[in-house]
Amino acid sequence: MAPYSAFSIFRNALSGQKNWQRAWRAAEPKPSYDVIVVGGGGHGLATAFYLAENHGVRNVAVLEKGYIGGGNVGRNTTVIRSNYLLDGNTQFYEFSMKLWEGMSRALNFNVMFSQRGQLVTAHSADQLDGFSHRANIMRLNGIDADILDRDDVRRLVPYLDFSDTARFPIHGAIFQGRAGTARHDAVAWGYARAADGHGVDIIQNCEVTDFIRDGNGIVGVETTKGRIGAGKVGLAVAGHTSTLGAKAGLELPIESHVLQAFVTEPLKPLVDHVVAYGADHFYVSQSDKGGLVFGGNLDGYNSYAQRGNLGVVREVAEAAIALMPCISRIRLLRHWGGVMDMTPDASPIICPTSIDGLYLNGGWCYGGFKATPASGWCFAHTIATGKPHPLVAAYGLDRFRTGRTLDEAGAGPSAWLQ
Amino acid sequence: MLRFECPCCGPRDHDEFRYGGDASVRRPAHDDPDPEAWYAYVYIRKNPAGLHREFWQHVTGCRQWLVVERDTRNHVISSVAFARTSQA
Repeated sequence: MAPYSAFSIFRNALSGQKNWQRAWRAAEPKPSYDVIVVGGGGHGLATAFYLAENHGVRNVAVLEKGYIGGGNVGRNTTVIRSNYLLDGNTQFYEFSMKLWEGMSRALNFNVMFSQRGQLVTAHSADQLDGFSHRANIMRLNGIDADILDRDDVRRLVPYLDFSDTARFPIHGAIFQGRAGTARHDAVAWGYARAADGHGVDIIQNCEVTDFIRDGNGIVGVETTKGRIGAGKVGLAVAGHTSTLGAKAGLELPIESHVLQAFVTEPLKPLVDHVVAYGADHFYVSQSDKGGLVFGGNLDGYNSYAQRGNLGVVREVAEAAIALMPCISRIRLLRHWGGVMDMTPDASPIICPTSIDGLYLNGGWCYGGFKATPASGWCFAHTIATGKPHPLVAAYGLDRFRTGRTLDEAGAGPSAWLQ
Repeated sequence: MLRFECPCCGPRDHDEFRYGGDASVRRPAHDDPDPEAWYAYVYIRKNPAGLHREFWQHVTGCRQWLVVERDTRNHVISSVAFARTSQA
């Protein structure tokens, strides 16, 4: 595959842009593979890439029931941050941040990673104390974090509500300067292209309908394109982990819920950072096309429908206007939904399973996009070696049985309240 | 919007209700010493793509807990009943 470079742009311009290669082959399934990764989202494609890149496992297929980039990797609000509190999460998400910082070069694909900084507003002295606790933990782990007072926040983001009538007056904020956004489609395409370059077969429109068992092991999958044998199978189908897991006989602590996202009509530059509202659930950034991209709470009841309810549109709009009154006259361009794997502690699951040859990656709740590179890196390690990568040692399924949950939000075991 | 046929108040918007989760989960007996039973009760969910029996409370209406049967793929509601008289 010819690498992308300034020279390749120049050369293809001279030949009328007619000689660009496909970014990846349209592969048809072989009879069997060493590893089959089910799910061609960001995590599945990253897993396939790192299997080849880090572990030399190149006889790999990624099976995607729809098309690459059509699931949650293309439906999120593209926020990347590593401001986590609990051991296990803190180190994992910072490792992910470091991979983001080198991703465009590693993949030879511009993922438009923009470290514009993310702040979360604090609305009481106590909340700011809590943020200081978090910032200290981040700094002790070598992660950048700053605590801002009200005047600092006002200088940084003057368009928030600093009036005397603000519903929840802003006391300050926690700020991570290295946080930001990336172009989510480019992440999917970049990993797909790089994995394909290592010989990975990316097979679209190929839904896994069942598993082929041999004793307590899995030796392949039944798909809409026929039976495919596999030495190992990795599931990376967050949103639908329960339905596919049930076919393999796994009982999982996961519920599927819809999360909506929104984009407004394009504006001149207004929101220079990622801003999250500390008094409610609302987060916003501005895309390179100028639209304000934002999101809020789950719809709040089990759902596999990739569309949301109008009640949540109203709730998110209320939170938006309470923080950022100037948003009230901007017209909404689109809103859409994605199906989330919600776990009882809002932390993900990456581990071997009780079934030989079956590995699980799921339960990403709201937070899957920022984890994409580290998830792929660690899941590839888990599949290749059969043992969890040290960075995901806390993400085993057994943590619910043993009481070692990572309840970052402190919300208790109801999945829809996370 | 979802609309529930509340057996007490009639058809109402889902804004008036609070979700209570999977109604098919059975609480173990209070003195059940088996940690597996409690683990399953607290954490394990069938999470079907299809018919789901679930609790809703009519918080701004009659405040009754209801059991609703709803398809999680398209939100079609096939039954609503009082939770206290509903069989699992």
